[in-house]
Amino acid sequence: MAPMTLRLSWRARLAVTSLVVVNTTSRWLGRGSGTVAGGRVGLAIEPKLLSELARARTVVLVTGTNGKTTTSAMLRQGWGSDVGGNVTGANMPAGHVAALCTSRGPRVVLETDEAWLAAVVEATTPAVVVLLNLSRDQLDRANEVRQMAQRWRDCLTPQRFSGVVVANAADPLVVFAAEGSTHVRWVHVPLAWRADASSCPHCTRAITFGDDHWSCECGFSQPTDLVARLSEVLEIAGGSYPLDLALPGEFNEINAALAATALVELGEDVELVLGRIRTLHSVQGRYGRRRYGNRDVRLLLAKNPAGTAALFDSIDVDSEVWVAINAQVADGKDPSWLYDVPFEVLRGRRIACLGERRLDLATRLLYGSVDCDVIDDPDVLRRATTPVTLVANYTAFRDWMARTSPC
Amino acid sequence: MLRVVVLYPDLLGTYGDGGNAMVLAARARARGVDVEVHDVTIGEVIPRAALYLLGGGEDGPQRLACDLLVDGGFVDRVEEGGHVFAVCAGLQILGTTFSIEGDASYRGVGLVDAWTTRGPTRSVGNFATLVRGRMMVGFENHGGVTELGDNVEPFGDVVVGRGNDGIVDGFRTPRVTATYAHGPVLAQNPWLADELLSAVTGQALAPWPSVADRLYVERCDAVSTRRSDVDRTGGRR
Repeated sequence: MAPMTLRLSWRARLAVTSLVVVNTTSRWLGRGSGTVAGGRVGLAIEPKLLSELARARTVVLVTGTNGKTTTSAMLRQGWGSDVGGNVTGANMPAGHVAALCTSRGPRVVLETDEAWLAAVVEATTPAVVVLLNLSRDQLDRANEVRQMAQRWRDCLTPQRFSGVVVANAADPLVVFAAEGSTHVRWVHVPLAWRADASSCPHCTRAITFGDDHWSCECGFSQPTDLVARLSEVLEIAGGSYPLDLALPGEFNEINAALAATALVELGEDVELVLGRIRTLHSVQGRYGRRRYGNRDVRLLLAKNPAGTAALFDSIDVDSEVWVAINAQVADGKDPSWLYDVPFEVLRGRRIACLGERRLDLATRLLYGSVDCDVIDDPDVLRRATTPVTLVANYTAFRDWMARTSPC
Repeated sequence: MLRVVVLYPDLLGTYGDGGNAMVLAARARARGVDVEVHDVTIGEVIPRAALYLLGGGEDGPQRLACDLLVDGGFVDRVEEGGHVFAVCAGLQILGTTFSIEGDASYRGVGLVDAWTTRGPTRSVGNFATLVRGRMMVGFENHGGVTELGDNVEPFGDVVVGRGNDGIVDGFRTPRVTATYAHGPVLAQNPWLADELLSAVTGQALAPWPSVADRLYVERCDAVSTRRSDVDRTGGRR
């Protein structure tokens, strides 16, 4: 149901009613999570539905190659109660309108697909846009990562956007996208993935990376007018705060730093915000523990080289490592990206190769001198009791959520 | 020592292209061939090598890589005896001209009489080409249309996808091989990796069975479900 406070046109009201009917039916039939189908119907009836539903609300958009879902969850958690958003991860306008129909509150966090940022900025007039990072991901769908940076840049110019951009100052492609906007809040974080930013987005010459700074000879360089800096602690709003997250990995500390900065920008108290973010233990099943036969399985989602590389330091030492790879449309149909993942750090372990593209994975591991087994029937893995860290890409993760049960 | 040089992976390395060097090195070492893989990045001199690898890239980096190859004497290195294996944007760079940043034409390295213009659409998807009776499988993602001079032999005949023009793919000279199959195409086609190694070393290689053979058959099968006239074994017809 639409928020009571919104004044909607008759066409928008019809769209909302149709959306709710379709999604309720979809959930009743057990076909998906019941967000996208109704959203499409709603947008077909009223193409400006997203704009109508977002009006009079404070909207935060979160985009980037990695960390969108988790950072959005941190923002919702950190902002307090009754914050709406696309919690199922349907991050295109069909998912956004469905989310806005089911939340009544004035505060909304929308995870936004990188390729849809311009359209969603225009429709929702967000108060804050959070730019996390930009690296290679599903290149069959998005083509080329530098084009994406240019598209972000175009939609954040003063002519098209007057809100605040909270941006990762360590990622040259993010800086390129944000630097022309009017109100930018730069956050310095440790940057692990540089493979897509070695050539300057302005002049194509080489970017020189130091320990804590990068620059190009054309003058393009890392911003120094920071509002926050993440190292061992988060320095923000004149104080230093340990993050102490329940979620694992340095990448989640980076997500938390950007989420906290956005909320401070919206007037929230930093200690209160961080206290709430620390209570997050699992996001959409990610990082959570599940049961598979006699096994305790920890599920990690990894969809692209930077995201997968970042996960390796959070693999439990005593667990078996299973990796499940598919190449359906939602995954990107080309698994070439496996060759950009530094699987070599797993040498010494024996990896179980799972998923529809397990042979591509096993071949990648062969050439990286990493021992592995190709598992054609996952049932054979159920009986042993050794705990497991399972790294899976998008649809493989979904398959394993269905195959496992809550602890 | 067999030296394999990966040229400008910081500019041409969009789709796991570094995988080709990884595959060649592992397969050579498995046959007792001593291999050194060396990445040449922006600002480094192009050394002499037995085999040079070129990957794919976006417009700006592609243009810069081309300039660096011209200025760095790449053609001289090849004329001194180096072999070349190029994919995607690397293929386009080896020709006389290619299109970048809109429809602007840019001067290529000129190693092969081939020229690329921007096609009406981008071609993205599974890709297969028949190379002297043998199937090569992979993935393509590019917007180019490449034409070949009268005396230039294409690398293969397109079975699925576009390649140069929907009819043929890439080109082949005695020491230069180029295909539109991007990324780690040698990972999916162990026979092609071995063929390149044999050409470069001048040695016949003993078979080296591995899971890569199973992957090759699976990918050929995936292609043959789309084209009934493809040999389902993936072997010679």
